Amino acid sequence: MVQDVELKVEGLKKYFPIKRGIKSVMKRESPRFVRAVDGISFEIRKQQIFALVGESGCGKTTTGKLIMKLIEPTEGRIFLRGQDVSHLKSKEENLRYRKMVQMIYQDPFSSINPRFRVYDVLEEPLIIHGIGNSRSEREEMIHHALELVRLTPPEEFVSRFPHMLSGGQRQRVAIARTMILNPEFVVADEPVSMLDVSIRAEILELLRRLRDELGLTYLYITHDLSTARYFSDWIGVMYLGRIVEMGEVDMVIDNPLHPYTRALLEAVPEPEPERKEIIKSLPIKGEVPSAVNIPDGCRFHPRCVYAKMGLCDTKHPEMIEFERNHYVECHLVGKI
Amino acid sequence: MLLRVTDLKTHFFTTRGVVRGVDGVSFTLEKGEVLGLAGESGCGKSTLGYSLIRLVPPPGRIVGGEIELDGLNLTSMNENTFRREVRWKRISMIFQGAMNALNPVYSIGYQMMEPFKYHTDASEDEAKERIARHLELVGLDPEIVSRYPHELSGGMKQRVMIAMALLLEPDLVIADEPTTALDVIVQAQIINLLKKLKKELGLSLIFITHDLSILAEISDKIAVMYAGKIVELGDSEIIYENPKHPYTQKLLAAIPRVHERVDKLEFIPGAPPNLANPPPGCRFHPRCPYAIKICMEKEPGKEVLDDGRVIYCHNIPR
Ligand SMILES: Nc1ncnc2c1ncn2[C@@H]1O[C@H](COP(=O)(O)OP(=O)(O)OP(=O)(O)O)[C@@H](O)[C@H]1O
Ligand SMILES: Nc1ncnc2c1ncn2[C@@H]1O[C@H](COP(=O)(O)OP(=O)(O)OP(=O)(O)O)[C@@H](O)[C@H]1O
Ligand code: SF4
Ligand SMILES: [Mg+2]
Ligand SMILES: [Mg+2]
Repeated sequence: MVQDVELKVEGLKKYFPIKRGIKSVMKRESPRFVRAVDGISFEIRKQQIFALVGESGCGKTTTGKLIMKLIEPTEGRIFLRGQDVSHLKSKEENLRYRKMVQMIYQDPFSSINPRFRVYDVLEEPLIIHGIGNSRSEREEMIHHALELVRLTPPEEFVSRFPHMLSGGQRQRVAIARTMILNPEFVVADEPVSMLDVSIRAEILELLRRLRDELGLTYLYITHDLSTARYFSDWIGVMYLGRIVEMGEVDMVIDNPLHPYTRALLEAVPEPEPERKEIIKSLPIKGEVPSAVNIPDGCRFHPRCVYAKMGLCDTKHPEMIEFERNHYVECHLVGKI
Repeated sequence: MLLRVTDLKTHFFTTRGVVRGVDGVSFTLEKGEVLGLAGESGCGKSTLGYSLIRLVPPPGRIVGGEIELDGLNLTSMNENTFRREVRWKRISMIFQGAMNALNPVYSIGYQMMEPFKYHTDASEDEAKERIARHLELVGLDPEIVSRYPHELSGGMKQRVMIAMALLLEPDLVIADEPTTALDVIVQAQIINLLKKLKKELGLSLIFITHDLSILAEISDKIAVMYAGKIVELGDSEIIYENPKHPYTQKLLAAIPRVHERVDKLEFIPGAPPNLANPPPGCRFHPRCPYAIKICMEKEPGKEVLDDGRVIYCHNIPR
């Protein structure tokens, strides 16, 4: 059964201007930009989990913030259930959007106010959105949210301060705060990367259960391909502000087409001690260029071991659907 | 044998009680061997590392046990001798989060000079030559000595920290989460580098991380810690292929693997204990599915299995 499209993003761009010194302004140098997100398009079907992976600084969080509408896009459009939400004008529209779309932040240690008790942490969004008519109604919602994330019995947890919780419990409070508004769509920005394996597994299981029970749709941002494979249905691989490969998660991971995806997969550590003497050969060269000076042609070409000069360094490759539900942006696809 | 640690105890004397960070740990390490130290956050991995180099932060203190390096008793040695003869020269440590500890106002070269000032009588030229050589060893261009930390990427800074730990050519390096903040490609480069140093220099390494996949890539032996104690210790192949301790089994089952599709990840319900007041008996018993009556009453003793592994458990699952 093909599900409806929940979220769609079209040609999204975010350029951050670089602050210029007075000298550079006087010399009338043209302003320079960090091209954090540089023209990405994808869609996420209802109740699916779309993983956005890629190395540090490639633009994952910026994409998440654009979807959350915490920052304005430089170009491009965002649709939620077919409705263009790129520029919400009225305050009511904005508030409604902020209730439907929620974000789980990366760091469970700093995303919760340390002076708030768990109760206050969860009541705050209800008050902001004017939900619950009485204190007892809100209390019931708070208890329900805590039960949802298995912080039970709720009475035990409501009066605790964050420092009285373990890392995994804190992250569950953060998730409860996200879920209490009954969102449709959740951006989960590295929700488990700070946690160790056992808690990580627990939180991912929880998020998946909430997806099934509440019918949620997620954008899962991570640099960890193993959890991406385990947790998501679709995956987009980002490099320097663009999605270079995208598709059903099993197809992309079992049959990576883009040289960058291949390098990423090659680098993932596997719990196989037989390989401990082997020095891995990584099919990638050099360091990531800065998002201020993006290379011409294919932006991956200076690091690509397959790059064909005269083509890859001059012409930007178009995204093509190489096989059903598997897209890639590379001149040499199918030839390497 | 390079290192022998016997019944080591390091406790923190806080106003709210004694926190037993390391509580009776024993292991040995051969020259050229890599020991991987794994376990959940707060189980005492860093405290063990700090104890070996005798830099336990106050209010912590080594309160029992022995550390021997090449037959030399490090626990009874006076601090002056230890500083002159051992720290950085024979044992060095790459601290957790160290790359962020590089001082932003000094150049890389200036910061790399420091160890020479305190620990050797090398001339400035000798020191510079050695710095250049070690930067090359970790795959960095020696000209970066004139750069400042903010001009380097995370992976480059981490390589500077590794070069610094190697400068005085120690026998043993303790690497505390050296790759945790880095993405997979840089991480793989650093692991490759450490493998190369092990091969070429015969370096002994204690590699600390909570990420068991990374440990598999590099360790000869694995020690799994829980609540201040080692619960299982053995050859890494043996531990990975056939974990016996219930805690090790759970820990390994919680790892998602990129090349396989798993339907459900295991996790360990509950939280690790408070080390100021650990549970009696086996410290893992409140979370252990195999716990029997004796687990709640008596601490499990050391048992050596036929395959050479050491395990502490009353009811080893079959
Ligand atoms: N407010 C800002 N002003 C200027 N540049 C920015 C701003 N926010 C992000 N950037 C830059 O945009 C690029 C993408 O950043 P982003 O935070 O989206 O990366 P990321 O993929 O989430 O990385 P990480 O995995 O490290 O979290 C980086 O080069 C970053 O330095
Ligand atoms: N200075 C200190 N004062 C009091 N307790 C401390 C101090 N330093 C560490 N501890 C406690 O000692 C125990 C072991 O801490 P340690 O830092 O060794 O853990 P770890 O295994 O390295 O954890 P992580 O994976 O989070 O780095 C923890 O319970 C910690 O709270
Ligand atoms: S000793 Fe008992 S409680 Fe501890 S791990 Fe073994 S079976 Fe579980
Ligand atoms: Mg980010
Ligand atoms: Mg530590």
